[in-house]
Amino acid sequence: MMTRPVIDFKNFSFQYHAQSGPTLRNINLTVYEGEKIVIIGASGSGKSTLVHCINGLIPFSYTGEIKGSLQICGLETQNASIFQLSKLVGTVLQDTDSQFIGMTVAEDIAFALENDCVEHRELQNRTRHAAQIVNIEDLLSCAPHELSGGQKQRVSLAGVMVDNVPIFLFDEPLANLDPATGKQTIELIEQIKQQTKSTIIIIEHRLEDVLYRDADRIILIEEGRIIADLHPDELLSSNLLTLSGIREPLYITALKYADCRITSRMHPQHIENIAVDDLCIEKVRKWFSGIIEQKPVLRNEPILTVKNISFGYTGEETTLDDVSFTVCRGEMLSIVGKNGAGKSTMSKLICGFEKQSRGSIYFGGELFDGYTIKERSRHIGYVMQNPNHMISKSMIFDEVALCLVSQKIPHDQIRERVYKTLKICGLYEFRNWPISALSFGQKKRVTIASVLVQEPDVIILDEPTAGQDFRHYTEIMKFIHGLNQHGVTIIIITHDMHLMLEYTPRSLVFSDGRLIADTTAIDALINEDLIGKANLKKTSLFSLAEKCGIDPENFIRKFIEYDRQARN
Amino acid sequence: MASTTALAYKERDSVIHKLTGTTKLVFFLLWSFGAMFTYDTRVLVGMFLVSLLLFKLSKIKWNEVRFALVFMFTLIVINMAAIYFFAPEQGVKIYGTRHEIIHLFLNYSVTGEQLFYIFSFTMKYFAVIPVSLLFIMTTNPSEFASSLNHIGVSYRVGYSVSIALRYIPDIKRDYHNIMQAQQARGLELSSKDKLIKRLKNSALILLPLILSSINRIEVISNAMELRGFGKNKKRTWYVERPFAWQDALAICIGITTAAISILVVAKSGSRFYNPFI
Repeated sequence: MMTRPVIDFKNFSFQYHAQSGPTLRNINLTVYEGEKIVIIGASGSGKSTLVHCINGLIPFSYTGEIKGSLQICGLETQNASIFQLSKLVGTVLQDTDSQFIGMTVAEDIAFALENDCVEHRELQNRTRHAAQIVNIEDLLSCAPHELSGGQKQRVSLAGVMVDNVPIFLFDEPLANLDPATGKQTIELIEQIKQQTKSTIIIIEHRLEDVLYRDADRIILIEEGRIIADLHPDELLSSNLLTLSGIREPLYITALKYADCRITSRMHPQHIENIAVDDLCIEKVRKWFSGIIEQKPVLRNEPILTVKNISFGYTGEETTLDDVSFTVCRGEMLSIVGKNGAGKSTMSKLICGFEKQSRGSIYFGGELFDGYTIKERSRHIGYVMQNPNHMISKSMIFDEVALCLVSQKIPHDQIRERVYKTLKICGLYEFRNWPISALSFGQKKRVTIASVLVQEPDVIILDEPTAGQDFRHYTEIMKFIHGLNQHGVTIIIITHDMHLMLEYTPRSLVFSDGRLIADTTAIDALINEDLIGKANLKKTSLFSLAEKCGIDPENFIRKFIEYDRQARN
Repeated sequence: MASTTALAYKERDSVIHKLTGTTKLVFFLLWSFGAMFTYDTRVLVGMFLVSLLLFKLSKIKWNEVRFALVFMFTLIVINMAAIYFFAPEQGVKIYGTRHEIIHLFLNYSVTGEQLFYIFSFTMKYFAVIPVSLLFIMTTNPSEFASSLNHIGVSYRVGYSVSIALRYIPDIKRDYHNIMQAQQARGLELSSKDKLIKRLKNSALILLPLILSSINRIEVISNAMELRGFGKNKKRTWYVERPFAWQDALAICIGITTAAISILVVAKSGSRFYNPFI
């Protein structure tokens, strides 16, 4: 069936006009009709540039110099127009929120047809049909802000499907989704592939999640070059992923720790059907029993107590319903739950942005309710998800000093405190740099530093690693973990299962405005009931433990312990 | 919140809502022309009464427009006071007679002519305001773009209006989040601080807000281009409604109104109705 090439790169190189070196170097890649290809690579490896070359944004929106040839369905892209290409390649962009064009779902889906002057009746029929395929026909008259992340993704998908394109391009489709919704998205992509027989290209760095359904090939990109073009089973048997800074599926990591040799004959693509032989099981068991766990530190000094909190944005609805919990000094914990479960609202109440309708918040034994946002900010810092939303100065020093300056603290004291903070954050050498010269991870650190300079006891972080690749994830989380070691209590709102497992021993699980569990992160990731209610996913370590006949909870705990030591 | 959402489009089941956006736009333009062209008090009062009837038909509730009406009414009163102050004898000049009711001071006195002139002038506003509110509140913003396109404005212009409307809630939310995060860093933006300081601190919200908006623009323009926006000279619209007999009727009423306004002026040879001779 794979006969006709639909995408054909030949000795293709691309250099942006603004850059000194090429971003893509000598790419040779052929994709055949009906294939499903996953392109992976760390941030800055050139995978987004590759996407732009395929959908025509390069060279038509972002200009630069092209060498070699790229043909899409036989059409040389340089000689085509972006509109010709848009008939061949349908792109679902990463940020489904801001690519939503229409005022309602129906208009957004119909957008491409409107531009094609499709006549009214046909327009409506085709729009409805596309909506049916992705199962959103009940939402046609909804406005974008009424939809969840997963629903927005479905709208974007319907919006390109409506045009009957032969090639679908997904640019990091999982970046903003929780694990359960991510799983559904991959399922949906597979379903579209089956129904439309189209060619699918997915760009992602969350490999384990993408491989939830079969892929034909994985293309690994590093520094603008293709360094692997392999079947998933073969790629997972190699060491290439770790070398390129991509996170392997956790069960593969565990097998490697246990010194099992992974071969493509084991079919390591999915945890469900990986063939683990007796020798391997023996090795895993031996490895497991050899890990000695450190005793967890007991913490019993309450710092933040939330008692019977209820809240609703309008009179009728309740966003939070009778929530109570206690956080102890020095803890690092995660708050999880699906969108709209009340996680962000909880942090807004703690910071004082909103006022609860019932219940009280205590800080270090003191009643917090009468405090203003500013007064609370000395005790509790709040770091937004997007660092660009927080940064309002152009220089690092000024940004970190901002809140001290507004408090009219003497200059020498400000300098002293800012320097001290910058040293803790590893930003001291950059103190006179413009913020625009920093990477995402460094910007994140600047925003944390600008909160830390007030010396709060607790810092709340909203999705600190969303959309980051493994390298940046590790960089950010090591830093936050370091702060925790310094004695700062850390509360993280997250969807990231790895983060929960690796860094936060305790998890608060929210569902429909209620705190449904105050438990260990491991429990939240193996308890079916909690997984379902919080839109999480059962970790693959669980299945591996079952395959090897080991108690999953112990296995996961020991794995994390070993993993932490191995990585430090 | 209440005052900003008060004048927004809201879906309702009424005769006015069912008209196409183009009809409403054309009607609005004809009607405004009619009201601007003449000062004939009889015509204006008639138009005012008809527009009240239309307002009733649209099922829009009084409290949704109260704020806007009070605001406009205040402006009208100020306007009228200014007219009287600067040109107290304007009515006399226009109507050619002088029926003094009471003398105030200096050369200011209340005359029947001046009162009638101000009344006619006010009626102009009164004839237009209900119809313009109707237009704003019963036209779906996306239909607005398509109706601009139908009367000959390029769809790119129409669409940029539409996109702006689409993104207002997003930018509002960004603004709100950024403000809260800045407050959480100890920058006071509430009424506890002095006004000057609050203004200065508010400026700190602008940079991140502008940067995030620029980023949005890049993403959205890419997304639009990737889906073929700007390919053809024309495009079709999902929200378009078929042109029905009600639309024809509405446009007829609009044309008749404009015609009456012109005819009355042409026949009497003056833009004013003169009851004094």
